[in-house]
Amino acid sequence: MLAILLTDSAGQFFSSGHTNNWAVLVCTSRFWFNYRHVANTLSVYRSVKRLGIPDSHIVLMLADDMACNHRNPKPATVFSHKNMELNVYGDDVEVDYRGYEVTVENFLRVLTGRLPPSTPRSKRLLSDDRSNILIYLTGHGGNGFLKFQDSEEISNVELADAFEQMWQKRRYNELLFIIDTCQGASMYERFYSPNLMALASSQVGEDSLSHQPDLAIGVHLMDRYTFYLLEFLEDIHPASKTNMNDLFKVCPKSQCVSTPGHRTDLFLRDPGSVLITDFFGSVRKIEITMETINLTDPIKQMEENSGNDVQTENNTYVDQLPVSEIIHQKPKQRDWHPPDGFILGLWTLILLVFFKTYGVKHLKHVF
Amino acid sequence: MAVTEVERRRGKLAALSIAAMVILVGVPLWWKTTQTYRAWLPVAQINELAKLQLQLSADVEVVFARGTATPEQQKKVPVTQTQDEDHAVDEDTTLRYRHETRYRTATVMEEDALKQPTAAEADLSLHRLSESPCGSLVIYVIPESSSLLPENVNVYIGQRRTALLRIGAQMKVGKTLKQLLAHLEPRVKQILQVMSFSHNDITAALSDRVRFSPDNKESIADSMRAFKSSPGYEITFSLLNPDPKSHRLHWDIEGAVQTYIQPLLTKLSPVANFSLDSQILYYAMLGVNPRYDSSRSAYILNADSLAHVINPVEARLGSNAASSNPVLNFLLYVPDAHHSPLYIHDHKKREVQTNAFHSPRWGGIMVYNVNGFYQTGTNFPVDVNINMAKVMGVFLAQLRLLLGVQSTAPPSSFQVAPCGSSGLADWELDRLMWSRSVENVATATTTITSLAQLLDQIGNIVINDNIAQQVSSAVTSLQLAVAELEVGNLGFALQYSKEAILASEKAFFDPSLLHLLYFPDDQKFAIYIPLFLPMCVPILLSLLKIVSEVRQRRREKQAKKD
Repeated sequence: MLAILLTDSAGQFFSSGHTNNWAVLVCTSRFWFNYRHVANTLSVYRSVKRLGIPDSHIVLMLADDMACNHRNPKPATVFSHKNMELNVYGDDVEVDYRGYEVTVENFLRVLTGRLPPSTPRSKRLLSDDRSNILIYLTGHGGNGFLKFQDSEEISNVELADAFEQMWQKRRYNELLFIIDTCQGASMYERFYSPNLMALASSQVGEDSLSHQPDLAIGVHLMDRYTFYLLEFLEDIHPASKTNMNDLFKVCPKSQCVSTPGHRTDLFLRDPGSVLITDFFGSVRKIEITMETINLTDPIKQMEENSGNDVQTENNTYVDQLPVSEIIHQKPKQRDWHPPDGFILGLWTLILLVFFKTYGVKHLKHVF
Repeated sequence: MAVTEVERRRGKLAALSIAAMVILVGVPLWWKTTQTYRAWLPVAQINELAKLQLQLSADVEVVFARGTATPEQQKKVPVTQTQDEDHAVDEDTTLRYRHETRYRTATVMEEDALKQPTAAEADLSLHRLSESPCGSLVIYVIPESSSLLPENVNVYIGQRRTALLRIGAQMKVGKTLKQLLAHLEPRVKQILQVMSFSHNDITAALSDRVRFSPDNKESIADSMRAFKSSPGYEITFSLLNPDPKSHRLHWDIEGAVQTYIQPLLTKLSPVANFSLDSQILYYAMLGVNPRYDSSRSAYILNADSLAHVINPVEARLGSNAASSNPVLNFLLYVPDAHHSPLYIHDHKKREVQTNAFHSPRWGGIMVYNVNGFYQTGTNFPVDVNINMAKVMGVFLAQLRLLLGVQSTAPPSSFQVAPCGSSGLADWELDRLMWSRSVENVATATTTITSLAQLLDQIGNIVINDNIAQQVSSAVTSLQLAVAELEVGNLGFALQYSKEAILASEKAFFDPSLLHLLYFPDDQKFAIYIPLFLPMCVPILLSLLKIVSEVRQRRREKQAKKD
């Protein structure tokens, strides 16, 4: 008995073309005085979870642990409003990459999917060609780069190339890129793949400023752009119809001091028709099941085979700590490099030969 | 003075020999030691694959039963016709559909089989006589007077690879074989659209290569609903019991899976591997408050609120951490005693027969009401045995949809047999295999070509031997898959296409291919100048000096001559 599927559900598919949502939220700075960057990321995480994206679809990367930092006077909390109004840490935060695991290499591996096979599911971005992805970066940045962990940087060219590789492998349907750093607009200048929309907290040459310090905790709690972004998102609920044009108006110059920027030329749809929940939430498409299959066979009884023959398997255990291997290990073969002083030695040789040939006083013949 | 002359000559020779050493030995040495290791890739073959020319062949046999062809027409059979249909999808992709149709008359045993009272029994006995290979079809043409099909039905599509087609009386059809074949051709084509590959399916399967908007609204919904081709899938059955105090639920999931689901998965084993698990979740609420409808004295869930049911539940479902295969979740929700019975209404406020809904590329949810199994006032908790046949019937239908077994409605004069105990007709499996093979080939070609382009663009990436080997094996498998599709060996084509996609994904996602270092030009200069400039300046200057001296001497010689 085949019935015709409901065709008006097809109308929903046209509005956005995506079936699932992912979010990659990255905080790139460490040290206690960068508390606000962790608070930024956690508040976006909280909004995204509240609007429906499950933890299995969020990759959260925090470069340092503020909640359990020994300088935190209120342990296990990260506040985003002064007077400790809102604790964004909560009790169900799932951090996928923490501490020193947050590196440029790992970030690019997550985006392009080139992770070693032993990486667990929660650390992977398993998006497909019908996924809408939200990428949020925060930290210290400059003109064309973003600083990771105070020791390395990612350039805007590398980021654009990573997005192009994602596009080539159809790892996203549409991508929203939000960055809250100084001179953030430089990071989206080099994008060239289709279906990318980008927002930044400040233009090239401007600094993004922090919002308010809390005197009890002793550091600035949030950055201005993300603070007003969080306020904007608190008004959004899973069924709301607010669109991207409202998101572009968040934090005007009067509140933010810097000028937020956005880029929509690579995006195929009109931003006015893009819902906030297309990226920040996870509204599922639903179809009513109209068919059923008539099953008439009775259920087979499972044979009882546990009692009859006791299956003996020879279990072998892997050596937990192969001590003997470690002790007798030979040094690893590395590629041969010329010895370090080689170039210096080469100079010295050449200079010596010249001086010998011409004599020091005849140096003017050379020059 | 002579001494200085000798010294000067020695000096010039030294300068020249050092310059020669630097250029002949130093520069190649520097070039070689700063080169990245790049194994050889079959770039020419990859570029060939970028232009994809797919040919899909299917064999069709049309058998004339007694009464359909006149004796003089029967004398001319068996005859074979080949039909080609060309489509150019875009400038890089062309498709050709080839149907080889063989016309023959029925054997005595087939005539006996066609004398069965109903079409279903005829189908069964025809199947016992011979089994058609994968990808082919047999159409039996029966006369108008046959009683196998009811009045308004002209075509019966069986569970395996046969169809029964009823044609009009011989007078209307025509005298010559040519007229008969011409009359049959559009009808046969109609059957092929339903039972074999159709242009819509194939172009939907090519969506990885070609991004375009199809004309048909249903097909875009179909392509978004079914999971993309993957070597394996995980299926999870979950029983949600929000009220263990009232209901003690028993479901024989192992037996049900073994009896109802496993036959389908076994039949689908050439397409993908499946792993099954099940779980029971207690105190898992729906997250949406149903409305009470006093006219039906039941609780109602509207179609609009269904979309918000899945997210709160998904957080608790869990999945297998070890594999990255897509997960299909099937949830059975038994409403708590205070909110029973719970019915789902569609957009038009009508009650849904199956009481279930599904979400594209995610899974399905069914609401199972148990308030009918006990009277009010009994002691809670009540033991309830869930009727697994009914539940699995719905889940099986949802599984078919999510895996891509298209159920586009056939034309009105067609009657399609129900799919049988394995849940999948043979011709549906063939259709799935066609679209999966094409999808795999399309995805693998785009992966390989974009990988080759990427490695070409970025000169700094090291290409190891294992990557080159994977790429070569992917290219070989792709060529074999395309060749097998041309010939019509569907089983082999699918297998080669799966190997191709595995190898190409492995090569593309190899962790060693991460291009991390981007050197802007000014940084390159900043590194090399302090190393090479102090060394090169004396050499260059002494060479210039030698050249200027030689020129001066030549001028003097010229002046002396004059």
